[in-house]
Amino acid sequence: MTNNPATGVLDRDGLSALIEVLAAQGRTVIGPTVRDGAIVLAEIGSADDLPFGWGSEVEAGRYRLVPRADGAVFAHTAGPQSWKTFLHPQREKLWSAERTPDGALSVTEDDPEQTSYAFLGVRPCDLRAITIQDRVLAGGRYPDRGYRERRTGAFLIAAECTEPGATCFCVSMGGGPAVDGSGFDLALTEVLDQGGHRFLVRVGSEAGRDALDGVPHAPADAETEYAARAAVDAARDRMGRAMPPVDLRTLMGESLEADRWDDVAARCLTCGNCTMVCPTCFCTTTEEVTDLTGDHAERWLRWDSCFDVAFSHLHGGPVRASARSRYRQWLTHKLSTWYEQFGSSGCVGCGRCVTWCPVGIDITEEAAALHDERAGRLRHEKQKETQR
Amino acid sequence: MTSTTTVSVGLPVEHRDRLMRLAREVSFGAGTRLFEEGRRADRFWVIRTGTVLLDLHVPGRGAAVIESLGHGELLGWSWHYPPYVWQLGAGALSPVRAWEFDAETVRALCARDPAFGRSIATWVGRVVTHRLQASRIRLLDLYAPYGSGSRA
Amino acid sequence: MSDVPVPHLVTGMRRETADTVSLTLTPAGQEALEPFAPGQFAMVYAFGVGEIPVSVSRVGRRELVHTIRSVGAVSAALCALRPGSQVGLRGPFGTGWELERAAGQDIVAVTGGIGLAPLRPLVLAARAAHRAYGRLNLLVGSRTFEDLLYADQVRAWAESHGPLLCRATVDRPSPGWWGHVGLVTTLLNSARFVPENTTAYVCGPEVMIRATARDLLHRGVRADRIRVSLERNMRCATGHCGHCQLGGVLMCRDGPVIGWDRAASLLMVREL
Repeated sequence: MTNNPATGVLDRDGLSALIEVLAAQGRTVIGPTVRDGAIVLAEIGSADDLPFGWGSEVEAGRYRLVPRADGAVFAHTAGPQSWKTFLHPQREKLWSAERTPDGALSVTEDDPEQTSYAFLGVRPCDLRAITIQDRVLAGGRYPDRGYRERRTGAFLIAAECTEPGATCFCVSMGGGPAVDGSGFDLALTEVLDQGGHRFLVRVGSEAGRDALDGVPHAPADAETEYAARAAVDAARDRMGRAMPPVDLRTLMGESLEADRWDDVAARCLTCGNCTMVCPTCFCTTTEEVTDLTGDHAERWLRWDSCFDVAFSHLHGGPVRASARSRYRQWLTHKLSTWYEQFGSSGCVGCGRCVTWCPVGIDITEEAAALHDERAGRLRHEKQKETQR
Repeated sequence: MTSTTTVSVGLPVEHRDRLMRLAREVSFGAGTRLFEEGRRADRFWVIRTGTVLLDLHVPGRGAAVIESLGHGELLGWSWHYPPYVWQLGAGALSPVRAWEFDAETVRALCARDPAFGRSIATWVGRVVTHRLQASRIRLLDLYAPYGSGSRA
Repeated sequence: MSDVPVPHLVTGMRRETADTVSLTLTPAGQEALEPFAPGQFAMVYAFGVGEIPVSVSRVGRRELVHTIRSVGAVSAALCALRPGSQVGLRGPFGTGWELERAAGQDIVAVTGGIGLAPLRPLVLAARAAHRAYGRLNLLVGSRTFEDLLYADQVRAWAESHGPLLCRATVDRPSPGWWGHVGLVTTLLNSARFVPENTTAYVCGPEVMIRATARDLLHRGVRADRIRVSLERNMRCATGHCGHCQLGGVLMCRDGPVIGWDRAASLLMVREL
């Protein structure tokens, strides 16, 4: 990307100016902020709202913000939310229905929220997660109108990773700390060295170029580009975790009757935290709400979780009554059956499910254990074969 | 017609031919009783046309129908296992044409020719397991509310 | 495409059994849904209560018939409707039976309980164009005579010598019952078909589907030509809510009708 004309360098004031430009376009700018001891995605008015000087320490079942002496702003790992909070909100009204005294029914589609978002600091894993949700919610025969409108109008400023956390494993999911390809408007890489605290900016779209043109920035210099590349390259080798290097899709398909599910089910609380924090989990349910007159009803959509026992309810009872079957549903869907349904894996390796699991269940450890169990099973079968 | 339990498919050709040489063509009018529970099971039939009902006598309810048998099906297997006593009763629902076999003759042939005997035992056993499995499924009362195939 | 339910007028209501009714639904206004193929389903909306998926049990020129059994809040509300009431409909959704793929072949339709409802439009279509197919068989299983859907029609078919061979059986016979007694799979013995050149359609409770498909397979019907209609919890019908997954199958999108070649292994896994 050297000699790419569509690059520049921003300092902190430039970042603030960018936020103002986007806000002036009528966009709601969302970015990472510090709230309640965590990085929380919220509306920001200026660069001052960003978590300068905050990093995070994460482990399975553990998350803590820690101050950083270097003042870095994008050195934290993923917080409990992801961008689906805004693109695929927890609650959404689908339609309103009226019944007239003569029994006639009229149904009015709810106009999707017209908010035009700008997301600042979208990590490469989350960028991939958005692409995956695009396929699920806007890619099929029946696109979700609300999602599609919010998504089409959203301006994405990616932030490459230079400080991966202990629960990060995006590289082993085929991703990485760099933003490559398309799907973003601007991509930032934070650089902190003798040259100062600055952000290399790459342009990913026309809208991105226009926005960058509207803010004071320096042309990209070789040192900044080199430092940025070096920091991202180094991050690639510092992932805290990794999925076993096997075809996870096949592994899951061949592990449906594995004993390991009993082991993980003994620890899993089926609380559904992993599905709430996962940036690709999309499941929803619907609620019918009526007013006291009984002549007005509303249909609401809300997030649901495959860990909820009612999720698979089929007149009489749930299909997946055991914790074993529900954990298996989540993991096999994420890593395997998602391919059949939507053409890719459903996991981007962000590590949120590991961090925010109250009992520290680690998706990479579970996959590795399933892999070991299958390997043992195959060895055993081979031995029996040769003995015959 | 293909079936896993009918005589045409349930038996190897050679053994089927041997069995059929022992067959006697019979017919029954509608309403004819073919056998009664507790009586000696001294013959069996393969139904060609018509329908036979298997039943159990329930005081106050008369003959409670358990199952109906039709074309190609084996009627009666109690003749194959001691004590050779009918477990159910049977009556013709409609005019019935069938092949009738004398149980003692067939059993004697089975004893003389073990290969033929095995074929007969396998065939009868398959019919019995088939009917057992069908009965088990019916025990579930699958079509009742909540056990049914209805949507919501 | 229908994002929101399209109002339909209940223009007919017929009580089929003690707990099941058929509703004839006609568009209440200008807006109508796209034509339904046999085997497809609609999301039927009872005002103020909710939505359920229901397969079409008859497809008319403008009107649709849905046969609904009262087993939950929404279905109970729908079953209580009278002509003149309105419901909302979204659809058509899902794969159909795809009768056209059976051209030139024998057809065996096997139903259990309310599973007859989704197969009725297929039987009607096949019967109307019977020269395009080989022999037609309809095997109907019911709990009792009183629970038999479309009893008059089934009896008329069973007694006719037309292109359709129809047999019905019940688990428990009651006075007046005219058909067989036993599990529906036993009726396969009297059906007329050449397994190697047969397409089968099976609809009913999952246990009945498994037993029937295994029997058909054993007789020599190709797995991909045994088309079964499966059921999972459905909320949105548009592939977004995730509820109706059975392994890699999104039932509302890839089903409800799928081939036994795909269904067999999925139904083998408990709690999938």
